[in-house]
Amino acid sequence: MKNLLSINDLDRPAIERIVQRAASFAEVSDREIKKVPALRGRLVVNLFYEASTRTRSSFELAAKRLSADVLNFAASGSSVEKGESLRDTVATLSAYGPDALVVRSPDVGAAALVAGWTQAAVINAGDGTHEHPTQALLDVYTLLQRLGSLEDRTIWIVGDVLHSRVARSNVLAFTKLGARVTVCGPPTLIPRGIESLGCTVRYDLDDLREADVVYALRMQNERMRSAFVPSLREYAAGYQIGARRLTPRQLLMHPGPVNRGVELASDVVDSAQALITTQVQAGVVVRMAVLYELLAGTRSGPGAHGDRSLTSTEPQLA
Amino acid sequence: MTQRLFRAPAPEATVLVSGAHLLDPRGDLDGPGDVLIRAGVIAEIGAPGGLTAPPEAERVNGTGRHLLPAFFDPHVHLRAPGQEHKEDVETGTRAAAAGGFCGVVAMPNTDPPLDSAPLLLALRETARRDARVPVGFMPCISRGMEGEQLTDMVELREAGALGFTDDGRPVVSSGLMRKALQYQRLCGGVLALHEEDPALSAGGSMHEGEVSARLGIGGIPSISESTMIARDAALAAYEGGRIHIQHVSAWESVTAVAAAKAAGTQITAEASPHHLLLTDEDVRELDTRRKMNPPLRTERDRQAVIDALRSGVIDCIATDHAPHHRDDKDVPFEQAAFGTTGLETAFSSLYTELVLPGVLGLARLVQALSEGARVLDLTVPRIEVGAAANCCLIDLQASWQVGEAGYESRAENSAFAGSTVSGRVLLTLADGIVAYRERAFALTAA
Repeated sequence: MKNLLSINDLDRPAIERIVQRAASFAEVSDREIKKVPALRGRLVVNLFYEASTRTRSSFELAAKRLSADVLNFAASGSSVEKGESLRDTVATLSAYGPDALVVRSPDVGAAALVAGWTQAAVINAGDGTHEHPTQALLDVYTLLQRLGSLEDRTIWIVGDVLHSRVARSNVLAFTKLGARVTVCGPPTLIPRGIESLGCTVRYDLDDLREADVVYALRMQNERMRSAFVPSLREYAAGYQIGARRLTPRQLLMHPGPVNRGVELASDVVDSAQALITTQVQAGVVVRMAVLYELLAGTRSGPGAHGDRSLTSTEPQLA
Repeated sequence: MTQRLFRAPAPEATVLVSGAHLLDPRGDLDGPGDVLIRAGVIAEIGAPGGLTAPPEAERVNGTGRHLLPAFFDPHVHLRAPGQEHKEDVETGTRAAAAGGFCGVVAMPNTDPPLDSAPLLLALRETARRDARVPVGFMPCISRGMEGEQLTDMVELREAGALGFTDDGRPVVSSGLMRKALQYQRLCGGVLALHEEDPALSAGGSMHEGEVSARLGIGGIPSISESTMIARDAALAAYEGGRIHIQHVSAWESVTAVAAAKAAGTQITAEASPHHLLLTDEDVRELDTRRKMNPPLRTERDRQAVIDALRSGVIDCIATDHAPHHRDDKDVPFEQAAFGTTGLETAFSSLYTELVLPGVLGLARLVQALSEGARVLDLTVPRIEVGAAANCCLIDLQASWQVGEAGYESRAENSAFAGSTVSGRVLLTLADGIVAYRERAFALTAA
């Protein structure tokens, strides 16, 4: 596998392999020296056209823990603001000989386009409202750590499915691992035809009790201005996940950042059944595993001076 | 009578095409024969080998080939003035001639938009200098294509406007649409309508359905087209006006057009090759050459459009030839410009995908490819004695790969790039002149 553009690039064994490797990297994170030399001398470029805190910083941290060099390129303050096209920016950055390009863009298909323009491995860190595969992998990792298996588990994804790349990637990933997935939200925020992803659609939370896992999506304020819902108050009344709607055995997830009082009530955000900070921790080790999966054992890029002898498929733990 | 088609001067052709299969769906011509064109006019039609060429005539061996009435496209974008980096009158009409077309109608969404008589007069001069095949112009319905105020429709008609359209944009205001229909009583000319309710389509880049849901791309629902067709059909019926529906793409739209026709409304409709041949499944890989407006829809929609073409609910085929520069297409899908080229591939792609599998008869395809002339009250290309030579010679057996030898068009954004098609245009006569000769064929014929 050269790129990670969509969860559909991965079959179930590949997902399980990445999750297992992430677990072995989790050990590293517990050590005093949290670094392994697996990608020493490799160059990872973060190309971010959208604001991002956790995705960008966790990719940076993941690359550094694998001893790779990291170059952060944010669209603001760059020549992109002077009108440089995506293609030209990729050509410029490719001239540094990166081994991997991590791409975050507001445009659907941007990472796939970039993959056609560069020799580097391309990781989709979110392309518009399309996909966010590493988020889905870290969610799978988080759940497998907790539940052991997703086979026959029921997962409800609640909220603004229409504009959510997380929802799309997660439906694909969860169903690949044997879970039953329901997406739920007001009809204005459920895209027509989403059932074709392999999920069930519900417009109310009446049967939320059947869920083993409740995955709440972020409600974005700009969606309010476009009048996708009558008001935040009305939305919260129908779809907010709070203590009265959850049973204690249910796990609660959210990709962050949380709008307290909108999609989630504060009482559950801080509860023991919420896995939200666990998800953030998982972000680093899963992204280490993805970088390792794509880069370890491949030929180093033209600008790199790294460890070319590394061909083992197992992490080289220092 | 006001002249409404314009082309560059060229010598009138004198040609003997011998032994070709002659097919004119509007007459009873369907078999081998000779056609003698003298000074740009079809002078004689005879049995194969039966006609002798005058000494000055070019002799063309048509054996094993088909001589058809040339095609007429009521809907192309020539991009002049203002966007000549995409296409211009010369390259666009060269593409038309290479596709077997003897006439095209240019849309007014240029820069500036074609919305005044002085601009139209200037474009007529450009066409008289550069056009390889006759070109007609359809100025805007609304000034600046802004949907607020009518253009000077009477003056524009006197200056040679074929009709009026805001193509690329809908006439959003029903009040303005009604006024345009009222003014049509004064000046005539078809109102050609791009039907889309922007309140339903805003933010959309492809058909709203399973594929858009999976890709997370904003959808353009079928009803954004069909509801506007129903509205405008009602307005046209009320005012006794005449409308032409451009690029019908959805089954609901077919239903709306059929209902209006059944009610006696003066309505005609066109379909584009890409809507007859491709669906939203073909956009899964986000190939921007397959991004157009209206978008490629589902197989159900495609079949409905084909059925409507067979039944006559859809009158004609129009390519909506929409050339774009590479910079407008080599970007993420949602940012890419809408449109595909179509002139050079229309006949071959439709012949290969609809006629060869037996979905559509060759005669109906040929008829639909020139019926746009009738929709616009122009002389329909015929193969009959006394008619101006508007015909094309095609080798139906010859197969080729779209784009293999580049394009006559300045643009490369063909939705059919890379596909292998049958049917190669060898010679196009347009308004009595030789507008196109396939290069290899010209050599062997010499």
